[in-house]
Amino acid sequence: MALLEIDNLSVHYGAIHAIKSVSVRVEQGQIVTLIGSNGAGKTTTLRAVSGMVRPTGGRVLYQGRPLAGLPAHKIVRMGISQAPEGRGVFANLTVRENLGLGAYIRKDHAAVAQDMDKALSIFPRLRERLGQMAGTLSGGEQQMLAIARALLARPRLLLLDEPSLGLAPQMVQLIFRIIREINQSGTTILLVEQNAHMALQVAHHAVVLEVGQSTLSGPAADLAASDEVRKAYLGHG
Amino acid sequence: MGTLFDATFFDTMIASVAVGSLYALIALGYTMVYGILKFINFAHSDVFVLGAWTAFTTTTALIAWTGLSAAGAPWWLGPIVLGVAMVVCGVTAFCIERFAYRPLRKAPRLNVLITAIGVSLLLQNFNQLPPAPGLARTATVSFPFGPTPKTMPELLPDVILNESIIATGTLGGGERRGQVLLDRAVTVLPGRTYRLDVTRQTEAGPVVARFNLNNPPVGEVQAGTPLVTQPLRPPAEMQGLAYVLVQVPAVTIRLVDVAIVGTAAVLMVGLLWLVFRTRLGAAMRAVSFSIENAALMGVNVNFVISFTFVLGACLAAAAGFLYPIKYPSLQQPASDVWVLLGLKAFVAAVVGGIGNIRGAVLGGFLIAFIEFFGETYLSATIGSGLQDIYVFTTLILVLLLRPAGLLGTPVREKV
Ligand SMILES: Nc1ncnc2c1ncn2[C@@H]1O[C@H](COP(=O)(O)OP(=O)(O)O)[C@@H](O)[C@H]1O
Ligand SMILES: [Mg+2]
Repeated sequence: MALLEIDNLSVHYGAIHAIKSVSVRVEQGQIVTLIGSNGAGKTTTLRAVSGMVRPTGGRVLYQGRPLAGLPAHKIVRMGISQAPEGRGVFANLTVRENLGLGAYIRKDHAAVAQDMDKALSIFPRLRERLGQMAGTLSGGEQQMLAIARALLARPRLLLLDEPSLGLAPQMVQLIFRIIREINQSGTTILLVEQNAHMALQVAHHAVVLEVGQSTLSGPAADLAASDEVRKAYLGHG
Repeated sequence: MGTLFDATFFDTMIASVAVGSLYALIALGYTMVYGILKFINFAHSDVFVLGAWTAFTTTTALIAWTGLSAAGAPWWLGPIVLGVAMVVCGVTAFCIERFAYRPLRKAPRLNVLITAIGVSLLLQNFNQLPPAPGLARTATVSFPFGPTPKTMPELLPDVILNESIIATGTLGGGERRGQVLLDRAVTVLPGRTYRLDVTRQTEAGPVVARFNLNNPPVGEVQAGTPLVTQPLRPPAEMQGLAYVLVQVPAVTIRLVDVAIVGTAAVLMVGLLWLVFRTRLGAAMRAVSFSIENAALMGVNVNFVISFTFVLGACLAAAAGFLYPIKYPSLQQPASDVWVLLGLKAFVAAVVGGIGNIRGAVLGGFLIAFIEFFGETYLSATIGSGLQDIYVFTTLILVLLLRPAGLLGTPVREKV
């Protein structure tokens, strides 16, 4: 049984049919990446998994159980946490408070303190800025905060929405290295990226989204080698 | 004209702090709801009025049902009345949010604003309907509250905390009506007020009556010198009663004001602690920044929003409870006196920076200071009764010079 199974998912925003038919399987322990151009429906797919939008068709199974209709705050408690697009840090809260909210659902305070320490050793830049308002961080630091915060929920499944967006090349390298480390320590990751090149390098499995439909899927290495993907997403003619 | 820091100055100061803390309590409710839902809850001032009338009704009912005397209410009556007012206002605010605002959560903001005005009018007019026949227990205890002004019973005795006793003893009767004789020598200072508290034993226990001394001779006053008291009583009635001669200070600090400021201060410190030092407070601030992202943290957004409304309503209820303790004549629920009070608290929230909790506290005190000091010091030159003009002029100036309010900062997000 896959950890997450998105099957023929469809989402409307009012009259706009944002995604029509998206299917993605995420096996336990893997990094699965969802690639596709702007507006293809990647964010909408993650939002549907997290309970921020209600699907109008298809289903989402998590550990075999349907998620449809559950409010977002309950889905987090089931072990799915998301670092949303545009980072979504709380600019009016300190870095420490942001991290604390990541662990909002947890009652095991001692373990939270340990995890906080672990997250800060992955992102030492954040440790120096714990008392600072999150809004004053640089873009890269905000991205680190968003990932660290999502980790503090101790998710079984981590959803990352374009973690490399708008970052300097060096920072992109760092973020992807950390994504791999997080996965190696046991967290399953569904990674949405426009940077297909990097995403296909770290992922085990990949799904291509085109105007609201999943059109291709397979092992990341195979997709990276396929002509279609190379032409459309990797900039090779 | 005396010096700048004369009795007038300090009296004005005390009034400003007392009324300012009430404005601050109400302003907090406006600002918290705005912070989270970005709309003005126009019904908030009516929740404050509901608090005042609930406090009045509960006090009158408790006094009537327990057979307590209206004059000497026991100390525990206040906390009970405050609790009842908070529960009534909290439940009302919960229902307002749940049934009027929540269904419109995704509607254009204008719809919610118009709904808020509707809820406000509904509360005002419902509350001053004539009492329902079954619910009108007595002439004063009724629900709805009815269209006539009422007077709040004395919850706290009117005690001046800093007055000093300069003599005690037993009175002798004078020759004429109003005259009494003291049994010891006292020193009377010029320009001060003196009060004679006389205790008479009755079947129901001792009763204290207060008399003013009319123009007592200044300086050393020998025992047996006749003094004139107001109101005038026959000498025979006063003869042999125990007295306490009190010197009233130039600046009086009244129990009522201390109780108001103390209660408000405890509530405000508690609120600041809750919002800035607790997990739930962090969730509230997170929701106010982004409802969606707060939900992604596992925050139950609906609960936080309900909680915020109830919290704001409890503070408004406290203001409603405290206000008639200082100003006992209670206008009918839809009176424009209430509308103006609510409006000034709203102005306080805007001047402080709407959405900013510390700003609401600052704004509350600032508005009261401008209101009272303006009236005290400008009435001779500009004219009296213009306090509201000073308040709204301040609003206009702040909006021109610092549109986000004194402590409000336009939020900038980094990309
Ligand atoms: N809140 C919204 N309201 C209406 N349409 C939306 C909304 N969010 C996204 N869309 C539309 O849905 C489609 C998919 O968007 P999105 O999931 O954000 O794509 P991606 O993340 O792949 O760039 C786009 O056509 C977009 O314009
Ligand atoms: Mg997107």
